[in-house]
Amino acid sequence: MGALVALSGLTVDFDTGKRVVRALHGVDLSVARGEAVGLVGESGSGKSVTWLAALGLLGGRARIGGSVQLDGTELVGAPVRVLEAMRGKRIAMIFQDPASSLNPVHRIGRQINEALALHRGLTGAAARAETLRLLDRVGIPAAARRLDDYPHQLSGGQNQRVMIAMALAGEPDLLIADEPTTALDATIQAQILALLGELRRDGNMAMVLISHDLGVVAENCDRVAVMYAGRIVEEASADRLFGAPQHPYTQGLLDALPDLDGPRRRLAAIPGTVPEPTRLPPGCAFAPRCPHAEAACVAAVPTFHLLTPGHRAACLKPAASRGMARERAVA
Amino acid sequence: MLRYFLSRLLRAVLTIVAVVTFAFVVLRLSGDPALLIMSVDAPPEAVEAFRAAWGLDRPVWEQYLRYFVQVAQGNLGQSMRDGRPALTVVMERVPETLALTLPAFAMKLLIGIPAGIYAALNRNRLADRLTMVISVAGFTVPSFVLALILVLIFAVNLGWLPSGGAESWRHAILPVITLGLSGAAILARFTRSAMLEVLGQPYIRAASAKGLPWRRVVTDHALPNAAIPTVTIIGFMVGSLVAGAVVVESVFSWPGVGRLLVVAVSNRDLAIVQTILLLVAMTMVCANLIVDMLYGWIDPRLRTARAAGG
Ligand SMILES: Nc1ncnc2c1ncn2[C@@H]1O[C@H](COP(=O)(O)OP(=O)(O)OP(=O)(O)O)[C@@H](O)[C@H]1O
Ligand code: SF4
Ligand SMILES: [Mg+2]
Repeated sequence: MGALVALSGLTVDFDTGKRVVRALHGVDLSVARGEAVGLVGESGSGKSVTWLAALGLLGGRARIGGSVQLDGTELVGAPVRVLEAMRGKRIAMIFQDPASSLNPVHRIGRQINEALALHRGLTGAAARAETLRLLDRVGIPAAARRLDDYPHQLSGGQNQRVMIAMALAGEPDLLIADEPTTALDATIQAQILALLGELRRDGNMAMVLISHDLGVVAENCDRVAVMYAGRIVEEASADRLFGAPQHPYTQGLLDALPDLDGPRRRLAAIPGTVPEPTRLPPGCAFAPRCPHAEAACVAAVPTFHLLTPGHRAACLKPAASRGMARERAVA
Repeated sequence: MLRYFLSRLLRAVLTIVAVVTFAFVVLRLSGDPALLIMSVDAPPEAVEAFRAAWGLDRPVWEQYLRYFVQVAQGNLGQSMRDGRPALTVVMERVPETLALTLPAFAMKLLIGIPAGIYAALNRNRLADRLTMVISVAGFTVPSFVLALILVLIFAVNLGWLPSGGAESWRHAILPVITLGLSGAAILARFTRSAMLEVLGQPYIRAASAKGLPWRRVVTDHALPNAAIPTVTIIGFMVGSLVAGAVVVESVFSWPGVGRLLVVAVSNRDLAIVQTILLLVAMTMVCANLIVDMLYGWIDPRLRTARAAGG
């Protein structure tokens, strides 16, 4: 069996009216059934755009190229009818800001019912019972009293639980969680992540966890892809990526992580910011911020090197070649 | 909730009092009605008698108090022209005005709202640009200009419709179209921007991500939210049902409240002017109250805030 979802050569161009800007430069990424894949990178690196493009949710001004296959069915260029039947049912998505992702004028019970009617044909008492079960499942206390509440009457964490219940309503094969906890405080964040992990294992549901927090991804994912300026720059199993990061960008992200159990390290955020899609530097997009950049890096966009099976990095001088693969462990 | 509405009601009453006072002050201080109504060569004794009869010889504050007490008792005075009760004179004209403004109001809603929604859903495409060009033209051209253009085309050149008067329903067509078109233009622009604002919200993308067909995302998720700001402008339009046709009534010689107002002002027929202003203030205030209640009905966030005693 192939992958559940396979993105290959996925590109996105935004037509801004004046010109066309490329935001995604050929993304290859696949997700197997039941697998948890992390997608990390700083703000603006293209994480959301990747999955919004895959679901066809970017709207009329985006042109999508390459391929997105779901169980062998091509989604790029597929008729709207096919995309609508897939959304929520095969691939569900939850978003960063739960409070504004729920419609403020509809009761939460109704919003969940809507998904149940759509994907499982449930209405009336059956829908109500299932809504209650789902709310209970995602840990909303006294669910029966919550059905008639509006989103503004719930806390951020509860709203995200409602969003998750809504996503579960279609019993999807893949859940895209786009920074599901960024807007929540630390305790709630941990609870939501634990819930997502539990639901994934119980339902044998695959998950893509999008985050700019490597720590969150490390704890919750089997495999991790690192994105920078509209490209994946490194991909490996979570263990490998943390043990032996190869791309200087990944190393930079790791160095910026607060180290709770080890001796205190200096927090080194990577200087500079992700370049706008409109002013991408030539060659390696990371070169202006890279401590190892050299003339060759600017000449052409680096291609992927397979370092070990399942571990690839798009860099002319991956850590292994610099003889510093174990630098982090020693330091 | 009750407290909320009581406070709104108090505000409404204060608004009306303020309008009455304002009208009184401006009108009394801007000229002597006795001299305007009587001919210039009227004997001074006659002018004095007129003043005494209408209480115009009393100090202004006394006139004000008297007037106020009368208004509170529902007595709005008599027209200085023919001595009939001002309220009767004004109320006679209200149906005439409504005969124009109600169909125009329906026209505004039926054209303006769908046009705005259509434009928003086709943002930046030809259909949107075209709708908006027409809309901008519709509300930048003053209504008397629009009225004259329509008269030129349909009355003078084509001879299809009368250019003024109120003898039959055909006389109402051009004034109604004049009023309706400019209102529809305003409403279309307003609806479009409300829709665009809503379509950019995360819950719209989330509704699509859920698998809802776009048509249902629009009807079930976008429209109810876009209705919230649009209700405000519709409220204004309801508020102007009685007196929003001054210019159009004058251009088309339509015997409504607006034309009565123009005539009464130039004659300084105080009782009539004040009665009309009071009526206008009442409709505005009522429209506001209705909008307020509609808000609470459409927007659950407001309902909660009000229940909490806002
Ligand atoms: N509708 C759009 N039109 C034009 N450019 C867009 C649009 N949506 C996203 N972009 C651009 O695409 C790039 C990638 O954006 P994306 O939202 O995928 O970043 P992200 O990695 O999800 O960041 P964040 O962590 O802030 O969510 C950004 O530079 C953004 O400006
Ligand atoms: S290719 Fe060069 S500039 Fe880019 S990350 Fe590797 S070393 Fe740095
Ligand atoms: Mg994002």
